Amino acid sequence: MSYARLPGPAKARIVRMTVDGQPISAREGDTVATALLASGRLQVRRSAVSGTPRAPYCQMGVCFECLVAIDGVADRQACLVPVHDGMIVTTDRDER
Amino acid sequence: MTERGRDLVIVGAGPAGLSAAISARALGLDTLILDEQPSAGGQIYRNVQRVAERRPADLAFLGDDYARGGALVRKAVDIERRQGATVWHIGPMSGAEGRQVVWSEQGRARRVKTRAVLLATGAMERPVPIPGWTLPGVTTVGALQTVLKQAAVYPEGRVVLAGSGPLLMLLAAQYAGAGVQVDAILDTAPPGTMGKALPRLPLAALGAWRTILKGLKLRNAYGRGAREVWTGVTDIRAEGEDALQRVRFTDSSGRVREIEAATLALHEGVIPNAQLARLVGARHLWDDRQRCFRPVLDAFGASDAQGVFVAGDGGGILGAVSAELSGRVAAVAIAHALGIIVESERDLRTAADLDRLTGQRWLRLFLDAMFPPPDWIGRMADDATVCRCEEVRAADLRRVAPHAQGPNQLKAYTRAGMGPCQGRMCGNTVTEVLAEARGSTPGAVGYYRIRPPVKPVTIEELAALAD
Ligand code: FES
Repeated sequence: MSYARLPGPAKARIVRMTVDGQPISAREGDTVATALLASGRLQVRRSAVSGTPRAPYCQMGVCFECLVAIDGVADRQACLVPVHDGMIVTTDRDER
Repeated sequence: MTERGRDLVIVGAGPAGLSAAISARALGLDTLILDEQPSAGGQIYRNVQRVAERRPADLAFLGDDYARGGALVRKAVDIERRQGATVWHIGPMSGAEGRQVVWSEQGRARRVKTRAVLLATGAMERPVPIPGWTLPGVTTVGALQTVLKQAAVYPEGRVVLAGSGPLLMLLAAQYAGAGVQVDAILDTAPPGTMGKALPRLPLAALGAWRTILKGLKLRNAYGRGAREVWTGVTDIRAEGEDALQRVRFTDSSGRVREIEAATLALHEGVIPNAQLARLVGARHLWDDRQRCFRPVLDAFGASDAQGVFVAGDGGGILGAVSAELSGRVAAVAIAHALGIIVESERDLRTAADLDRLTGQRWLRLFLDAMFPPPDWIGRMADDATVCRCEEVRAADLRRVAPHAQGPNQLKAYTRAGMGPCQGRMCGNTVTEVLAEARGSTPGAVGYYRIRPPVKPVTIEELAALAD
């Protein structure tokens, strides 16, 4: 796992969601991208042309490397979407 | 869905957009703020309200300048604002003054007619196209700061920060304060920048002495949290199979070195986030000192596109303090343009802010000399990917460069800029590579033509426009 959450008395509510069929817990205030990082998921997709692994890059809506399916809608920018309870995220799809 | 018409639509809820909105309200303008991010504050004050409420202890390492943003967000709290609203078109209105702004929000497209538009879209980090930068594990300094503010998330395992600029130093200091280990800092600033910057110091100090003092303190302290600091670094490469494993670089003595890393964060300064200013056809010029394009604006932020103003870093990189100032100035100028106040009142209301902006420009001259933008991007390694979406390498661009009139033809030949990011990540690089290959200048080479929609839109989203 290559990302972690700082210790400290964060008063954020726990948000429960599903990523690729696995339950994960995130925190209210997370974006989908930070929730994925904090749950140990770095790669979210493969590139469209050669299929090389890709991960969120800019975290601010510019690069489009973080595209995942969220609640059945494909190609959403994970770094711009806040998490909610019951959210279903699917990564690693052939995007585009 | 079409909304009720407005006097002013502001795109972006960072320091420029928020301060403009506060001024616009005071002047009686019916204003709507559209912002793509989950919460207000822009990148600089990202998530500041929630951090202050839920994890106030983190303000200690995120710093006073960040914490202060909370006041601005609070002051603008009752101005109509939509978060998660991605603007993808700003059109002229047929047969009328004003503009039509179209955006998507929660999966539905919406539009509004407005008498004026203020683009406060801020900055993005300059894409740093080194070989291997598409590997998972390679990210940017700004992105690491973003996840720290957004979610108190930080990289574990070996972390390398590479590049140059105030933001890199700030993150290193914030990590030191938060107890996050940085294994190495690879400083790419060429030797002698301090000497070149010094002649600019007196005026800069006159304009913003507090910032200078803070900056010098930061410069002395930023390396302390890191295990190794290398200066004068060049030729950085990211290597690994399915994810980053090593960073290779040349040190100041010309020796090639290799360090293990799970995370490599790149940073070579920031450039205007100018997609929307391009879309409305505002004239842009190449800024040689900052090595980027910026829209041509008058003293009050008016672009030459009818009804469109620009404030903040989107109009040229000047920083957060300037963004607040230029936001206020633009709001007053818009009130004048709409006939709400007379010229003498506009001048009276903007004089002090314009004065302070001059001081901030002096500061920027110093900072630009201290952290010069990279001059190697046009000469980057052949095997480096320029367009991440369509996987176009520098070599591919150079092969067709002699036959391409400009970036748009290059795009047609190579597909560079045709992927989902629509050229945001490769535009600057393509211009630099083309200029270098053709023995021309970036200004003469130009930039991609930007067409709507500037972000991908689905049929389902579009259907909502018919409601
Ligand atoms: S990480 Fe760049 S757009 Fe989401």
